Amino acid sequence: MAKYIVKRLIHLIGIMIAVSFLTFLLMYLSPGDAAAKKLNAQGVAVSEEIIEKTRESMGLNRPFLVQYGDWALHALQGDLGESYKDGFPVAGKLVKGLRYTAILALTSMALALVVALPLSILTALKKDTLLDDITRLFSFIGNSLPNFLISVLLMYFLCVRAHLLPLVANESIKGLLMPCLALSIPICGRFIRQFRAEFLEQLGKPYVSGAMLRGVKRRYVLKNVLHNSSISILTIVGLSIGTLFGGSVVIETIFRWPGLGKLAMDAITNRDYPVIQGFVLFTSTVYVVINLLIDICYSWVDPRLRKKEGDS
Amino acid sequence: MKKHVKTRTYLRRRLAVFLMLAGILVVISIIAPLLCPNDPYSTSAADMNRAPCAQFPFGTDRYGRCICSRVLMGSRASIYSAVALVALTFIAGTVLGVLAGWYGGFLDSLIMRLADVMLAFPQMVLAIAVAGILGGGLGNAMLAMGITGWTLYARLARAQVLALKEEPYVHAARLSGCSAWAIMTKTLLPNILGPLLVTAATQIGVMMIGIAGLSFLGIGVTEPQAEWGSMINTSRAYLQLAPWAVLAPAVATIITVMIFNYLGDCVRDMLDVGVEQ
Repeated sequence: MAKYIVKRLIHLIGIMIAVSFLTFLLMYLSPGDAAAKKLNAQGVAVSEEIIEKTRESMGLNRPFLVQYGDWALHALQGDLGESYKDGFPVAGKLVKGLRYTAILALTSMALALVVALPLSILTALKKDTLLDDITRLFSFIGNSLPNFLISVLLMYFLCVRAHLLPLVANESIKGLLMPCLALSIPICGRFIRQFRAEFLEQLGKPYVSGAMLRGVKRRYVLKNVLHNSSISILTIVGLSIGTLFGGSVVIETIFRWPGLGKLAMDAITNRDYPVIQGFVLFTSTVYVVINLLIDICYSWVDPRLRKKEGDS
Repeated sequence: MKKHVKTRTYLRRRLAVFLMLAGILVVISIIAPLLCPNDPYSTSAADMNRAPCAQFPFGTDRYGRCICSRVLMGSRASIYSAVALVALTFIAGTVLGVLAGWYGGFLDSLIMRLADVMLAFPQMVLAIAVAGILGGGLGNAMLAMGITGWTLYARLARAQVLALKEEPYVHAARLSGCSAWAIMTKTLLPNILGPLLVTAATQIGVMMIGIAGLSFLGIGVTEPQAEWGSMINTSRAYLQLAPWAVLAPAVATIITVMIFNYLGDCVRDMLDVGVEQ
């Protein structure tokens, strides 16, 4: 087990080096001169002399790999540079935004799971009934709706027409309801479809019919099914974290929620490259680490894996 | 199992219906200029935010442009770009995956590690960053989505090639002196195409949502060019005054994405049955 974790950690380090390299390369290749961009973002009048000085002070005249190494070493120590716009450290901005994005993302994820888990078990047990058909229709529609569309439609019907909810998100239940719904509906639709397929597969396995024939109580069989499905469910949940981050950019921009997504979108509008860089690196790290933790969870859920990996 | 038992005929009929619907959408987008009741780009101060009427079936936006014509013209950006993007990523990913699976070794590690790294980025996060840095435009938005899109096909194609590589018929082809190129294109490709096509079919809707999302954020297709995502974004400030300017492109997006997603489902079900039999 320890061997496996170490192996995965080494793999993770390799991936993160490549991810950080690509993130840096992306900014390096971005059109225009970084020094000019920094000065423009600050609204400084640009002359040839000032640009050359700024280039020197930013270390832009050094070779590419030296610049990357320098940036990566600083990033490792939690220093992601300073915002072009206001000179504040990027890391601080990200940490501030993280709190808001975490509130939004965790609430949305919880909402999606609370709806999707029971519904998918129920529809898998009652396959091809009216309930199943209706759930499938709605999960299909939910899965097909882009979250910006849900936001705008919710805004129209709940704010403009019915005056029920505020247009700008705040930390009350009412203020969070719309952004969370917009973020969780597509994810919930996908969860129901994928969970249902997984439960159906498990229910069709011989151990289920065997247990039922031996007269084992339904709820014990269901417990086994849940246990055996948990690996797939964890994987699906882990992969949807990426969707959550992407969606948060859209939702936070629409509802003016001061999280990571809005920070990134504002940075794009202002051409504030260090902030964009920090956002991409940070979300990718969180995404990769969460999925590694889920991989490690597999062997905790499934003792067979523990044994196999111990041998290898 | 009471109602629709999924027979091949039933599935084939369903597939035909949705292929036809998707076909109609594609035809509409091709002949869109002929269908427009008005010029989608002509502005008019006298017709600002007009409610739907005989002259403007879906009303006008804040510049007095005909929403109906803009929705019709917008179908081009949405449908073309999604289909083209899926086709490009499908080809690139399949070629890379087959090469990686067949040759193995260094090439395999290189391609697959690159795919691993691409998958470490949340897809939309990377797309937003790439499109945001490169600036607007349909081409940049497609590049931003495609940068991670190819990995799906590459991994699938590689896994399939690895599974088939040691099959007797592949050895036979090799022994009879077929070149590596001939084995890859004539022996392997037809056998691995099914699952790849299913993935491609289900990806059209995903790509459509992605490109519309980027345009909505203002980093995909930008004004004045007609595109549903950007139309929804620019009109949402006028939601109270002119809700039709948001609702028309919204409904168009929902219908189009649903039809293409359902088509993807049909193709997948078809193949599942094919495998079972």
